[in-house]
Amino acid sequence: MAGLAITLGSGAMTNTIAEVGDAACIIVAGSSTTDAHPIIGYQVKKAVRQGAKLIVVNPQEVPLVRFSDIFLQIKPGSDVALLMGMAKVIVEAGLHDREYIEERCENFEEFRESLKEYTPEFVSDITGVPWDKITEAAKMYAENNPASILYCMGITQHSHGTDNVMAISNLGLITGNIGRVSGGVNPLRGQNNVQGSCDMGSLPNVYTGYQQVANTDARQKFEKAWGVPLSGDPGLTHTEIFDAAYTGEIKALYLVGENPVLTESNAAHATEAMKRLDFFVVQDIFLNETAQLADVVLPAASLMEKNGTTVNTERRVQRVRKVIEPVGDAKPDWWIVSAIANEMGAEGFAFNSAEEIFNEIASVTPSYAGITYERLEEGSIQWPCPTEDHPGTPILHTGKFNTPSGKGKLMALEYRPSEECCDFDYPLILTTERNLYQYHSTMTRYSDGLDLLSGGEHIKINPSDAEKLGINDGDLVEVKSRRGDLKVKAKITRRSQEGVVSLGFHFSECPTNLLTSSALDPLAKTPETKVCAITIQKA
Amino acid sequence: MSELVTLTIDNREVKAAPGTSVLRAALDNGIYVPHLCDHKDLTSVGVCRVCLVEIEGRRPTVSCMTPVEEGMVVHTASEDLDKTRKINLELLVLNHDYDCQNCAQNSKCQLQDLTRYIGIDEERINAMRDPDLSWDLDQSNPYYLRDMNRCVRCGICVRTCEEVQGDECIDFAFRGIETTISVLGDKEILDSTCTTCGECVVRCPVGALVPRNAIEPTYEVETVCPFCGCGCGILVGARGDKIVSSRGIPDYPSSGGSLCVKGRYGLGFVNSPERLTTPLIRKDGELVEASWEEALSLVAEKLGQYKGDQFATIASAKCTVEDNYVIQKFTRAVMGTNNIDHCARL
Repeated sequence: MAGLAITLGSGAMTNTIAEVGDAACIIVAGSSTTDAHPIIGYQVKKAVRQGAKLIVVNPQEVPLVRFSDIFLQIKPGSDVALLMGMAKVIVEAGLHDREYIEERCENFEEFRESLKEYTPEFVSDITGVPWDKITEAAKMYAENNPASILYCMGITQHSHGTDNVMAISNLGLITGNIGRVSGGVNPLRGQNNVQGSCDMGSLPNVYTGYQQVANTDARQKFEKAWGVPLSGDPGLTHTEIFDAAYTGEIKALYLVGENPVLTESNAAHATEAMKRLDFFVVQDIFLNETAQLADVVLPAASLMEKNGTTVNTERRVQRVRKVIEPVGDAKPDWWIVSAIANEMGAEGFAFNSAEEIFNEIASVTPSYAGITYERLEEGSIQWPCPTEDHPGTPILHTGKFNTPSGKGKLMALEYRPSEECCDFDYPLILTTERNLYQYHSTMTRYSDGLDLLSGGEHIKINPSDAEKLGINDGDLVEVKSRRGDLKVKAKITRRSQEGVVSLGFHFSECPTNLLTSSALDPLAKTPETKVCAITIQKA
Repeated sequence: MSELVTLTIDNREVKAAPGTSVLRAALDNGIYVPHLCDHKDLTSVGVCRVCLVEIEGRRPTVSCMTPVEEGMVVHTASEDLDKTRKINLELLVLNHDYDCQNCAQNSKCQLQDLTRYIGIDEERINAMRDPDLSWDLDQSNPYYLRDMNRCVRCGICVRTCEEVQGDECIDFAFRGIETTISVLGDKEILDSTCTTCGECVVRCPVGALVPRNAIEPTYEVETVCPFCGCGCGILVGARGDKIVSSRGIPDYPSSGGSLCVKGRYGLGFVNSPERLTTPLIRKDGELVEASWEEALSLVAEKLGQYKGDQFATIASAKCTVEDNYVIQKFTRAVMGTNNIDHCARL
């Protein structure tokens, strides 16, 4: 998200899901859309049926490849080289949108200068994809308008994830696709309310609506609204919190609805960090692997048991309604946290309903200011929605960008290799993936039937690697990285390229994140779970 | 917006958008025409032949395949139509297993609608039935059953898989009277590329594709799917204190009424016996049940000792906007730190 915030001024999907189906060309990069975002996958396939061109960029042969015109099976972590190579083709062939760049973008000359470094030999060598194919894909994207780029964690979960995102934004800008119907650059957000959680400031550097904690005006506004002095120092990010708990700087942790024992990169480190806490509260709907480490466990109501709103990947604020009463003594999360605040004698937590909270949100958040529960009864609204008579904003950046200058910023980017490379001891690259039938690690494991459909976890190995290692389909293998090891069954498949294997991370029986690296992107602080050097042998 | 076309159906003047089929124009105006293989979301194919109508100046015409025209005069009922429709219906029900009492689609079945409207001669049907023709029930999928003995070969499931889901994992197989719907290699559905989105199950007009262990809800509530960021609109059904069903909200802006396997069939976790139902406090190394009063006062007392940057919160992208607002407000305003993040980066 940090990447788009710099180049466009807003780190969210620029267009709506329904527009994807009407694109003339779609690039799907670092996303197995049919697994992680099935409904958007339907839209991609619909576009293809209507004649759209589809370009898939992925180290793995994901299911959408079957529908694609061009499949760029890149080496993991080579995205910047590929995307800047494509930009080079577009600019050199004169297929860029000069008028749009002149009017709406800045930094074009510096950007153009930086493309020189991306020679055909260099790009092909880094990506493992022939230059001809890259040229063909670049021209296809530039010549078929409107063109949409969809991307996901395969782009962001790298030590250079922000660069990857900015390289995508470059492509959208030079072809004039941003701010256009069925175009745009569209990060697909993973969880039901990840967009809403970010919007609400469940982030260390911003209050609601991305108002910076380091900005004095913003801080004073919230100090006034909440009636207390606030810290102007941005806090620690997810991975940094676990590092600080490990070293003892963080002594107490309140963890809501997450299972880091399975989902945190370098999970053994995170688990040890949680064990070292003086006081650890977990609020969840299940006693999952992480909750079992807690000092106090608080039972939360599920999304089917409370009122509220969630915001989907296209910035759509939608009403969630209570279907049944909470099971047992479970309570809505907002109720629990408010009760603790009240118990501690704090002011400003006397909430009696989700709607009361929403009204307070709208009063301090300009992009939500025009949204009320009454309006949401009529239908969902896409933010920004600054006033009660504003219809909401399906497409971002139609007139100008949210950057200080109002222009989209083209970025000169340098290719940086991933933190971890193969070597003699760890000769293969592991990348993580998702499975249609599983969510993260908890909810779907308790829904009967989904486990049967997902068929359990397997490490996917290319046939030639398997032959070298003497591994047969279905063999139990031992997988080791510099951080941990685990045992899992092997599946031999051409969907993996030579030298690259993949694993999901949904199963406690196969705790994949024991292996993964927590090398961070310097800006977004996202861990590099998509590239990790490993070795495999028959168990 | 192009001008509406005016036509006459059964002496009533109706208007329809150009390109609308005569069948849809009639149905949209409250005039029933028997039909089976046509579905509003899908391309029309005209294979069941029961939607025949008479259009003045033409021979009996399949109404689902005929676009409306200005001044068209349509009759949906006549003796000739009755006869022809009856024969066409006989071909559909000939080898159909009509043990309706034991069928999950009983009373919602479009074949029952047809037999009620057109009527069948049971003796004639029984005389023509092929007693040796039967298919094994496919019970391989955990969420739905496939019973080809109840299938009428309308092809709605095949078109749904192609046009809504886009995967084309089922198609017509074999020929003549043995025609069936099958997957590559005529295997069980579980061994196919089917992703169990259930789109075909909700569109099947008869009892060939039915959810397993379906329980009728007493009420339904409009809400949002709790899984991925697509945020599909769902109608969740409950009976008593249990969630029993889920279906897509028709024409919902983000999802258009579609769902995937998780949103349609994956809500079982809500009523899992393993849900946490009471606070737990660690005593002598063990997590033991506690009251809310006890848990809240312990947490409040303890957290009071860790205000400032020695405290951190991990919030959750699975919780609501309101939950997250309160959690970050608590972290900043009560605990005095900006150490808050969630799984956006994971």
